[in-house]
Amino acid sequence: MTRYDKQVAIVGAAETTELGVIPDMSQLQLHADAALNALADAGLKPSDIDGVATAGESPTTIAHYLGITPNWVDGTAVGGCSFMIHVRHAVAALLTGQCHTVLITHGESGKSGIGRGRGRGNATSLQGQFEAPFGVVGPPTMFTLPVLRYMKRYGLTHEQLAMVAVVQRQWAGMNPRASKREPITVEDVLSSRMIAYPFHLLECCLVTDGGGALILTTADRAGDFPQPPVYVWGTGESVETPMVSQMADLTSSRAFAVAGPRAMSDAGISHSDVDHLMIYDAFAHLPIYGLEDLGFCGRGEAGAFIEEGHTAPGGELPLNTNGGGLSYMHSGMYGMYALQESVRQLRGTAPAQVEGAEVSVCLGVGGMFGASGCVVMGSQPKA
Amino acid sequence: MSGSRPLPEPTPETQHFWDGTRAGELRLQRCDDCAHVYFPPRPFCPACASRSVSVFAASGRARLDSYVINHRPHPAFEGHYAIALVELEEGPRMMSNIVSCEQTPEALVLDMPLEVTFEPQNDSITLPLFRPAAEGSKT
Ligand SMILES: [Zn+2]
Repeated sequence: MTRYDKQVAIVGAAETTELGVIPDMSQLQLHADAALNALADAGLKPSDIDGVATAGESPTTIAHYLGITPNWVDGTAVGGCSFMIHVRHAVAALLTGQCHTVLITHGESGKSGIGRGRGRGNATSLQGQFEAPFGVVGPPTMFTLPVLRYMKRYGLTHEQLAMVAVVQRQWAGMNPRASKREPITVEDVLSSRMIAYPFHLLECCLVTDGGGALILTTADRAGDFPQPPVYVWGTGESVETPMVSQMADLTSSRAFAVAGPRAMSDAGISHSDVDHLMIYDAFAHLPIYGLEDLGFCGRGEAGAFIEEGHTAPGGELPLNTNGGGLSYMHSGMYGMYALQESVRQLRGTAPAQVEGAEVSVCLGVGGMFGASGCVVMGSQPKA
Repeated sequence: MSGSRPLPEPTPETQHFWDGTRAGELRLQRCDDCAHVYFPPRPFCPACASRSVSVFAASGRARLDSYVINHRPHPAFEGHYAIALVELEEGPRMMSNIVSCEQTPEALVLDMPLEVTFEPQNDSITLPLFRPAAEGSKT
């Protein structure tokens, strides 16, 4: 079974040429723009790709549009962490020889809405029957629902929640591609427009256009590409519920707590091995839940941990170093951008580079705490 | 209400729930084998997979588990309104709205006792909403 001892590497990674507001591209073309940039990054052509994974569009559409004839596809679509899960599935496919070179694409016209179907809610679904009638208006009124319970149980303050956005803006300030770069204070956050109490505008993710793509192959080929390879050390995935109202515990994500530790144990790492961390931040409470569900902080301790600067520039656990969904960009399914930042950090090419970053953990969420995927990556092959 | 809410379309598995709200009952299901009480409706127990389950009328008593107060417009609501998670006395949690109560953080206190009230939307759909429990009622 020596084939299974092989490893997988990310050998191509790129985002769309532009990020932010891209009114002259359809959602499909955002996928393609990112894919073409990733192919160029890896020195490959579409005909070199034999595996396609995507979410938001069908792999059929992506393969046809790019002129790829795949013999492996994955259309897992469980929200913004789908791309972490695609990485996990691609590892299994590559190590069992089902295909040799996988392209994972994301594109989303989240701001401009170009070439994007207007999905009407399904009134027969469980969410349609038991949540939609009560006035939910998208993620700001659903993803946010658990946090008052967290605040009461653990004493998290409004100021600590605001601090998540403040710290991520510090990272974004070092990133020329970040949508929001001017420094902000806790007072700025708390005086920004209320969106859904207790969440203010600056505690909610941006709404932007963009895309990203990754190319993966087996590690024995990783030296054949122009960029330094990034090795996939471990992965995890899980789902919990399509209804935020049915989370088992409003103060913890079960999907995080399954996917994250699984990825870290697969990678054979402990918390002290982690140089760099990405936690999908659709809203300011996500990094708090993620830090605790991953085990970097005890229950109820993550708000103070962030407030004390441990995840800020210069801190020992650099977190969301691109500025995150709160300040870098958020097209809707942000997971791809978190993966891109992990790759940049391990290549040593990030705008806010963490000195000597060798191990990165990238935790994604899908839906409203509905799903999670986690990828642990290293700048060297796993020992 | 200035406009209508997006209304549920019952399925065979949930029809009893929506028949119940129209009849003034909050109907839950209990497993005949392991006694687990659960929501949302389905014709089997999510704890033990038994297909032997019974529908019963819940007490309608609940406590406020968590909420947000939405400040963005919704055609069916006027002004800011709370979207609430309530934990029923029997255990399950459900989403709803809190009526007969100011929609402010000061008035909406976590763990406050609530009781169900039913608001007809049309001939077939009645929504279960919650209001602060009357004096003397226990949760
Ligand atoms: Zn049972």
